[in-house]
Amino acid sequence: MKLKAPETVFSTAGFCPGCGHGLASRLIGEVTEELGIQEKTLAVVDVACCSFDIDYWRYDTIMSAHGRDIPTAVGVKHIRPENPVFAYLGDGAAYSIGMAETIHAALRNDNICVFVVNNSVFGMTGGQMAPTTLPHQKTATSPLGKDPARYGTLNVVDVLGKMDIAYLARGELVGAAGMNNCKKLIRKAFEKQLAGEGFSLVELLSPCPTNLNMPPVKARAHVHNEMTKFFPTGEFIDKGGKV
Amino acid sequence: MSKQLMKGNEALAEAALRAGCRFYSGYPITPQTEILEYLAKRMDEVGGTFVQTESELAGINMLLGAAAAGARALTSSAGPGFSLKQEGISYLVAADLPAVIIDVMRIGTGLGDIAQSQGDYWQLTRGGGHGDYHTIVLAPASVQENCDMMETAFDLAEKYRHPVLVASDAAIGQMVEAVELKEFKEHDINQYDWAIRGCKAGQEPRKIQNIYYTDPEYPEHLRAKYDAITATEQRWESYYAEDADVVLVAYGISSRISKEAVNMARAQGIKLGLIRPITLWPFPVKAFETCKNVKAFMTVEINILGQMVDDVKLAVDCKYPVGFCGTFFGLPEPDVIIEQALAMLEKEGK
Repeated sequence: MKLKAPETVFSTAGFCPGCGHGLASRLIGEVTEELGIQEKTLAVVDVACCSFDIDYWRYDTIMSAHGRDIPTAVGVKHIRPENPVFAYLGDGAAYSIGMAETIHAALRNDNICVFVVNNSVFGMTGGQMAPTTLPHQKTATSPLGKDPARYGTLNVVDVLGKMDIAYLARGELVGAAGMNNCKKLIRKAFEKQLAGEGFSLVELLSPCPTNLNMPPVKARAHVHNEMTKFFPTGEFIDKGGKV
Repeated sequence: MSKQLMKGNEALAEAALRAGCRFYSGYPITPQTEILEYLAKRMDEVGGTFVQTESELAGINMLLGAAAAGARALTSSAGPGFSLKQEGISYLVAADLPAVIIDVMRIGTGLGDIAQSQGDYWQLTRGGGHGDYHTIVLAPASVQENCDMMETAFDLAEKYRHPVLVASDAAIGQMVEAVELKEFKEHDINQYDWAIRGCKAGQEPRKIQNIYYTDPEYPEHLRAKYDAITATEQRWESYYAEDADVVLVAYGISSRISKEAVNMARAQGIKLGLIRPITLWPFPVKAFETCKNVKAFMTVEINILGQMVDDVKLAVDCKYPVGFCGTFFGLPEPDVIIEQALAMLEKEGK
């Protein structure tokens, strides 16, 4: 089997070694090419780590304000409904500063794909605590470990799980099986948009070795063994009726 | 075309549609809500998109997406809501994106209240958000001007790839006057190459982003843009300013009362005049060259601090005294304006 990088991903990613962003970026590139929509796809990327993709993807791309990716993508979709549009952002953007925007796009069932790279910390700013930080996890702003009595841990399925949206799913960017599954979820989200079914959110659990203070192999094991306890993988809403 | 009666806010909304605007995203706040309500109905009729967003933040950022996709996009707000728009306005500037944002000014700091005010002058003309920028600011003084200025606003926004603010206030927003509307104009979302639409294989993708990152010529690009706007786009109305002893400086609703004061004063043989800035930024410095006989200037504003006084002082190189006739609750009265103008003249020994 000949391995070829998707044409859509045209630059070497500058993400930290072992980071999940490069994998997520490539999977999105592969899916849009396989669906034959790469020349029409429009991307909105968040600031910080996500923003690197503006230089890696061959999509017309907007770098939005932090956490405003989803309304920005919705604005694009209204003007160019024939183009597939997706927002690519982290857990801090989607579930902290942009939580209202996430909920209300779901409430309107806006016809876009949202890909949330959940690495349980604010990455670019140096690993601060996020809503997704696990209980007792040490971060730059929870140096003694996140106190669960003061700060909860947010699972997006608890928030969006009963809403009338097209698709809600989660995968882990770890191992061949995890990667294949993530690709399947990303593909399904795009297919939903192409079918006009509405809002899709796919969360991708991602290792952040730099801010977890772990070597890449250990960071991957942490995602697979610890993060999935709080963030189980699977499909939670599928308007097509399969879940 | 025959005239019809329209409310100020609705005139802004209808004029935007006629200028080719087909996207609006915003949030209710008095005294601008009629814009939202009018477009909730009318946008459907003209085949555009209206979105009532969850907040002003979502509204301005949704507008940014629509503008990046090539649409003529509009949002509006007032008071605390206009403060929330500042995040997106700063981002629009940073990404060289055209859009039009209406501020129907209301009274006060913090929550304030819903009455008319001109308290956002600094926020409108000094950038308002974080960073190092100006936006073009148009200040209509009548419902007819609301109708006429929206097309200008979109044209300027696209000419300079820069957001344009329309500074209205609760009085003009709520008043009803006879107006003549412009004809409908089409806007093509593919008119400009910078608008995102999809990237063919092997081509350079379009990037809508903070251009600080990508362009070493950025400071020069920006200076050239602001210089061009300052040189070309100053707009004003002069009313008996040339031979006046005291020249009033007022915009929006205050300018209409000031005009009345000029008429009353002239009838009594008092030489009052008026400069009405139509662009608040760029401030119409050129207008002041025509005041040949002037002894003093006086701004007439609905605010406490006299926010426009500094701009007048700069426009005349501090060579003349610049007074301030301000009201907070309620509109300025013409006889009070005349009284204060005479007091200034007295002080200058005529």
